[in-house]
Amino acid sequence: MTSTAIRAGATRERTRPRLQKGEAASATFVHGLLIVFAVIAIAPILIIVLNSFKTTVGIFGGPFALPDADTFNLQGYVNVFSRGNFALNYLNSVIVTVSTIALTVVLGTMAAWALVEYRVRVSTLVAGFFVIGIMLPIRLGTVPLIKGMVATGLIDTLFALILVYTAMQLPLAVALMMTYFRSVPGELKEAARMDGAREFQVLGIALPLVRPGIAAVASITMLPVWNDLWFPLILAPSRENQTVTLGVQQFVGQFQSDYPALLAALTLGALPLIILFTLFSRQFINGLSAGYGK
Amino acid sequence: MIRAGARYRLLALFVLPALVVYVAFSVYPLISSVVLSFFDSDGPSGSIFIGLDNYVHLFVDPYTSERFWNALLNSAEFFGIHLLVEVPIGLLMAALLTSNTIRRSRGVYRTLLFIPATLSVVIVGFVWRLIINPLFGVVKFPLLGDAATALPTISLMSVWQYVGIPMIFLYTALIAIPDDILEASRIDGARAWQQFWRIKFPLILPQFGLIAILTYIWTFNGFDIVYALNGSAPGPNYATDILGTLFYRTFFGSSGQVADLDLGATIASVIFFIILIVTAAYFVVLQRRLKTYEL
Repeated sequence: MTSTAIRAGATRERTRPRLQKGEAASATFVHGLLIVFAVIAIAPILIIVLNSFKTTVGIFGGPFALPDADTFNLQGYVNVFSRGNFALNYLNSVIVTVSTIALTVVLGTMAAWALVEYRVRVSTLVAGFFVIGIMLPIRLGTVPLIKGMVATGLIDTLFALILVYTAMQLPLAVALMMTYFRSVPGELKEAARMDGAREFQVLGIALPLVRPGIAAVASITMLPVWNDLWFPLILAPSRENQTVTLGVQQFVGQFQSDYPALLAALTLGALPLIILFTLFSRQFINGLSAGYGK
Repeated sequence: MIRAGARYRLLALFVLPALVVYVAFSVYPLISSVVLSFFDSDGPSGSIFIGLDNYVHLFVDPYTSERFWNALLNSAEFFGIHLLVEVPIGLLMAALLTSNTIRRSRGVYRTLLFIPATLSVVIVGFVWRLIINPLFGVVKFPLLGDAATALPTISLMSVWQYVGIPMIFLYTALIAIPDDILEASRIDGARAWQQFWRIKFPLILPQFGLIAILTYIWTFNGFDIVYALNGSAPGPNYATDILGTLFYRTFFGSSGQVADLDLGATIASVIFFIILIVTAAYFVVLQRRLKTYEL
């Protein structure tokens, strides 16, 4: 018992500068497992991207081979843009995602600010009402949503999607922003009020301090909105309102045998989000853990 | 200090816009869906209150109930596979990522392992359908074509996609454990394996429970991956039909089935209650007990 304690203590003393023999072995083991997991995660995506630059013969002749002089071709991409509706789909997805992020950030920030700042008896209740929404599966209200959208003439518009997605993301945004606003020092706000600032201006002064929260809300809103299939299918299915996710889904259904075009469509659908996620992964992870964790 | 009256006014001014959107497009439709399940609005005389008739029809009618019970069992299986495969693998990844020996490359692995979760299901479905296509030669057996293997196969595709989510949850919980606790156990001679199960894991149990319950909510609310692969009447012979696809098919209609909004709302309400009861029970009974360790 004592000897293990001493041994462990001694190891600890020397770990910082250089890894011990045992630790080097365990580092190899940890890296090995993580590399296996990373390959499983990434290889299928790489296969799609690589094969999108090949001919059909090339794809099925050697699905795991790199494109070479014989098999390289860009016909898939040409077909996607000539037959599909890709440019418009992209535009729709960008409009819906950016508008939802903007609306969610603005409304969520205002609400969270007030719930933290103007404490009255109902504040806790209202905050709790928002937090419950993090777990509410909004899709289950689809039937009344369709009826409402038909009644108001919003059915089959991008605006319908923006409203529903904003409602879907607001609870998480409010919960997240509340945790960030709580850490804004009171003196700062009181000083501003002493100087006669109006409440909107006080919020404006606090905003730079919660910028990481805004970034977290924006990045955590992006993924589910861009990738959603359910609501585009139901609330905005017509050709001119299709988002990328729905567009790719329909394209896959229509051009079942044109593999280069299919793979090109999938690549074009996947890459923007992979790139955005890689750039903003820190904000995204902050948002995910802080939003649900509280 | 702001006066109480002014505080109410300001609260209303800042909160109402968010509250209106949230209530109008999320809370109200959900409640309204439950209300709708007690009515028959397809008749010629408008909407009539019919009590639990829609539920009775769903649970007992020979054709409808067969589809319903089948979808319910499939949803349970869909959830079970996620719980037994996705959550443990996510835990393993999180444990590996927070291992002291790899501090520097953490960020890279974390990003790579999460990338599948950024894809849309349409892409995930297609990628995997292509890879397991017997023409491709990796597997010889038509996994999606056989009733016994189709649902597990789709579930595992979904696990592949979303395993990054439990990983990130548990990873952030693990790195939040204060170093002095771990140092103390290391001085006491705990090895990595022991330290993980005896010290770290008990400390992250609340987050582990949370991700389990979120997995439950998300899988019982599932739809996308099944629809992306198999459409709205997912075969073979409804072997991959889950509650989400049954719900969609019922209110939207499909070939050979007329759209029925009331029955759709009834299925939505049943899914809602299935989720609500377990989630509420979890928070009342379990989460309170798990919160005993305050860090």
